[in-house]
Amino acid sequence: MAKLFMNRTKQLEEEISAYLDQVSRSGLIFYEAIKSYILDDKDRFNEKFVTITKMESEADEKRRSIKHKLYTYMLIPESRGDVLGLLENMDGIVDCCEKTVERFSIECPEIPEFAQQQFLNLAKFSRKAVEEVVKASRSFFKEINLVEDFINKVHFYEHEADDVEEKLKRTVFQSDIKKFSRKVHLRYFAEKISTISDEAEEVAERLSVYAIKREI
Amino acid sequence: MFRILFFLSSGLFLGWSLGANDAANIFGTAVGTKMLDFKIAAVICSIFIILGAVISGAGASNTLGKLGAVEELGGAFIVALSAAVSVLWMTRVGLPVSTSQAIVGAIIGWNFFTNNPTGVESLTKIVGTWVFSPILSAIFSFILFFIVKWFFERSKIHLLRMDSYTRVGLVIVGAFGSYSLGANNIANVMGVFTTSSPFADVNILSLFHLSSTQILFLLGGFAIAVGVFTYSKKVMMTVGTNIFKLSPVTAFVAVASSSLVLFLFASEGLKNFLISHGLPSFPLVPVSSSQAIVGAVIGISLAKGGRNINYKLLGKISLGWITTPIAAAILSYISLFFMQNVFMLQV
Repeated sequence: MAKLFMNRTKQLEEEISAYLDQVSRSGLIFYEAIKSYILDDKDRFNEKFVTITKMESEADEKRRSIKHKLYTYMLIPESRGDVLGLLENMDGIVDCCEKTVERFSIECPEIPEFAQQQFLNLAKFSRKAVEEVVKASRSFFKEINLVEDFINKVHFYEHEADDVEEKLKRTVFQSDIKKFSRKVHLRYFAEKISTISDEAEEVAERLSVYAIKREI
Repeated sequence: MFRILFFLSSGLFLGWSLGANDAANIFGTAVGTKMLDFKIAAVICSIFIILGAVISGAGASNTLGKLGAVEELGGAFIVALSAAVSVLWMTRVGLPVSTSQAIVGAIIGWNFFTNNPTGVESLTKIVGTWVFSPILSAIFSFILFFIVKWFFERSKIHLLRMDSYTRVGLVIVGAFGSYSLGANNIANVMGVFTTSSPFADVNILSLFHLSSTQILFLLGGFAIAVGVFTYSKKVMMTVGTNIFKLSPVTAFVAVASSSLVLFLFASEGLKNFLISHGLPSFPLVPVSSSQAIVGAVIGISLAKGGRNINYKLLGKISLGWITTPIAAAILSYISLFFMQNVFMLQV
């Protein structure tokens, strides 16, 4: 009985870890997709788009399976709500990564050369915020006293992303691009990429509360 | 037989109410927070209460005997009934109450009625223990809290695995707590009947020997178990979700500390061990499990920085040390008068 109980626990631990891997990977693939798009490597971009779409639906499935098991096995009754809330919010990050890449694929924005590096930087800071929030989540499960350190890093990268986003928008609107619609289009994509770091920060905020609740 | 059962009924009723109320002190948070299923908790609780009562119940019971040895079944019936009614009445008016304090008051009432001198030494020992037990429980929980916290911060155990360990821990301390409750508090339920016990010693297949007192304690243990099964769930849900609001881990600390206190004041084996090693021992006295758990919760609050301590509750508990025994003593005195002069029964 005890062994069966421990096996279930171990299985679920692995599933949660795999889910967090998925979130982390979606951040990486998102960055690679944006990079390929900016470098005009269409094949690679399309390949990344397919991967991230598949990844998003797999993450959904994993989250549902974890939720189902947490309830049927009656595990962690005290923090079950927090864990499910955390996983659902993480899902928001994966969705956001996938949707952003999808928008690039559908709307094909024309990125001027002077803005390319800034777009890349923005995507990099968003990716880093995702990586740190995943680390914070892992710590929430295993090393609660490290959560705050990672959350601070998420805040840092989100702030950096905000800075780059603002500068990028100013550069675009002060540039000699003639069409106002194109400027607005670029602003939209800058905001879209930045949303990923915002999502990561939102998860971090929640995590910080969950971590306080978990302190004995 | 019917007459014997009738006289024992007041003690059995007291046992039932003890099971209904005090099981929640041990398994309340575990069941209230859904860490343990009520049925599993009730089975563990009942088995260990009975074991504790039969194996280690004699020590605290002897102390009550020294306070006043009720020799007649009729007298014992009234003493236990007065304690039970006092508990019921004080619970209804919302005052914190303990069966330990009620039974001591009722015995003193009997002493007054029968002109039996109250053992001052025993009384001092008992009252001193009432005050000391929540304090000791607070000290234990204060220390244990830091040990558990230290372990938590360094163990790097996954939340899910920690959940399994906590459940196992709650079962273990729950079983220990039930054993200690049975050992310590059976004296309240059946202690007054030991001098007038109507049972003879029993040998089961020459393997187990049960003295007449142990048979009494077995019966009392069953009464407590019935209380656990029939009524404690409601109390557990209240304790688990409303009053203390402990997390499963802090519940583990609180139950372990209060159980240790109950055990210290009940175990003859431990007492002999401490004496034989020249260490200070604890008097074997029935103490209140509710007050021990309140003490433990206060210890945890202090360890967390002293926030949210309910000083009003502390005041009420101290008041209970005085009001409960006095109420039970008066009730016992009046009831004994009626029993002797109206029903013409020896008390």
